[in-house]
Amino acid sequence: MTFAVRSATVRFGDTLALDDVTLQVEPGSVVAVVGGDGAGKTTLLRTLVGEVQLERGEVDAPPPEAIGYMPATAGSWLSLSVAQNMNFVGGIYGLSGNALASRRDALLDRASLRDSFDRLSSQLSGGMRRKLGFSMAMVHDPPLLVLDEPSTGIDPVSRVDLWRLVSEAASAGAAVVMSTTYLDEAERAANLLALDGGRTLAHGTLQEVLDSFDGAIARTPTPHRPAWAWRRGRDYHEYWPRAADVPFDAVVVTPDLEDVVISLSMLKRHESEPAS
Amino acid sequence: MIRPVAAETDRPVLLRADRVTRVFGAFTAVDDVTMRVGPGEVVGLLGANGAGKTTLIRMVLGLLAMTKGDVELLGGPPDRELRRRLGYVPQGLGLYRDLTVRENLAFTSQAYGAAPPELPQALRAGTDRLIAELPLGLQRQLAFLCALAHDPDVLVLDEPTSGVDALARAALWDTIHEQAEKGVGVLVTTHNMQEAEQCDRLLLMSQARLVAQGSEADIIGSTTAIAIRTNDWARAFAVLNQAGQPVMLAGRDVRVADADADQVRRILADAGMTADITGVPATIEERMMVLARTPQAP
Repeated sequence: MTFAVRSATVRFGDTLALDDVTLQVEPGSVVAVVGGDGAGKTTLLRTLVGEVQLERGEVDAPPPEAIGYMPATAGSWLSLSVAQNMNFVGGIYGLSGNALASRRDALLDRASLRDSFDRLSSQLSGGMRRKLGFSMAMVHDPPLLVLDEPSTGIDPVSRVDLWRLVSEAASAGAAVVMSTTYLDEAERAANLLALDGGRTLAHGTLQEVLDSFDGAIARTPTPHRPAWAWRRGRDYHEYWPRAADVPFDAVVVTPDLEDVVISLSMLKRHESEPAS
Repeated sequence: MIRPVAAETDRPVLLRADRVTRVFGAFTAVDDVTMRVGPGEVVGLLGANGAGKTTLIRMVLGLLAMTKGDVELLGGPPDRELRRRLGYVPQGLGLYRDLTVRENLAFTSQAYGAAPPELPQALRAGTDRLIAELPLGLQRQLAFLCALAHDPDVLVLDEPTSGVDALARAALWDTIHEQAEKGVGVLVTTHNMQEAEQCDRLLLMSQARLVAQGSEADIIGSTTAIAIRTNDWARAFAVLNQAGQPVMLAGRDVRVADADADQVRRILADAGMTADITGVPATIEERMMVLARTPQAP
């Protein structure tokens, strides 16, 4: 079954945290929710796991015991060892004895944490702690896995390891939702949802997002309208509403996800003014 | 885009490390590393955690003693006086969380004897807000302003864009390039490999050594990856993973870095799968993963 948050609107006091946002995830696939600090990623994930109430919209999610949730704080107890953290969470989900031990050891093996069995969570590197948090979220083999920024602040090699663990869970049939600030992770997911200020900037497969982009990106050494340009190395990329608007001294390029997300963010901010 | 630069020897140097080594007990954190940053250059320092990046930076800035080698900051051995001409944005941003925006700026300007800088629009509205209450994107903007207020000649940035959205990241890179165009030499670390293209030159460290430098292509070197397209990615992934291949999901394709195409084809054929198998250039992450798995040469 498809898990989803549909047309979700969430308000915290006077702040509109989510404005009519829809997120869907199929079993055996990864959906990436991408955006910066304050985009609404955590709020959206928390509506899916039932921690935040909607003002409008609906949630289709399994019961809490069928969800594995890794909060952005990485979710392990710093003063417990790796094994103790796993045992504790396994116990909460009713695992014990050999079933718990074999599940725990298999997950720690996959995460390359078997050698750190008795190390305190506080003594792990950031990347290792995220892998522990991931393993804890996976302990009861949940059909829905919700990961809040598993890769923020960890190094590229640990990110590759984590992505492999995420891929493994999806290949075994789990529906995975993960939030990220990295666009390359959104590109690698089956589907992506880009959020900005609580609103949807773009959604779909990478190809759908690129295809539906309505505008042109030109490469230029000197931007014509600095408010609509940003750096790509020593040159600039500049957004134009139509390819026909691009001046002769700039070169139209095929937009990538970064171009599309930056352009849509700029458009959203300039909404009240014309794009010229 | 790589800008033309003068020959190595007659280029002035802002930051220089010559055959620098640092040993902590039995552990070599930096092993025989030589690097330079010249005026107007944006140099990206890449590497996994523990590769030695921070130790190298601390030595070049004179904050940590070397075991062997020689360093120079702005033409001399790094000291307090020379560090006045340095702008530094550490990973933790170095702002005082229980001071306001205005107070942070006043403090930094006074410490460096510079006039407080003009605030951009986004920060002007909140000059009396505490740092702790500020969104991360604005905190990063402010940390940049503080680091730039005294017109430094060298800028050292440790993961300056971590956690911010694409637009805020673009704005921070605008600032970095503006500085470089004024002649400032920039040394920047990042964990976002998409930012490699923002740099004029890249340095890649692995296991304490400088293992590659130059353009993105130089960094990736001869490492390749294999892209595999099937009608059942999950099964292809499981089969290759089972066989111990370093496999990754990429959309509906799977990738294996540094693999033998024939071997991959055989593993899939043995499982009764047909697949389109294409050799593709590796990404920088894949190159780093391969390096991390390779035992260090003696």
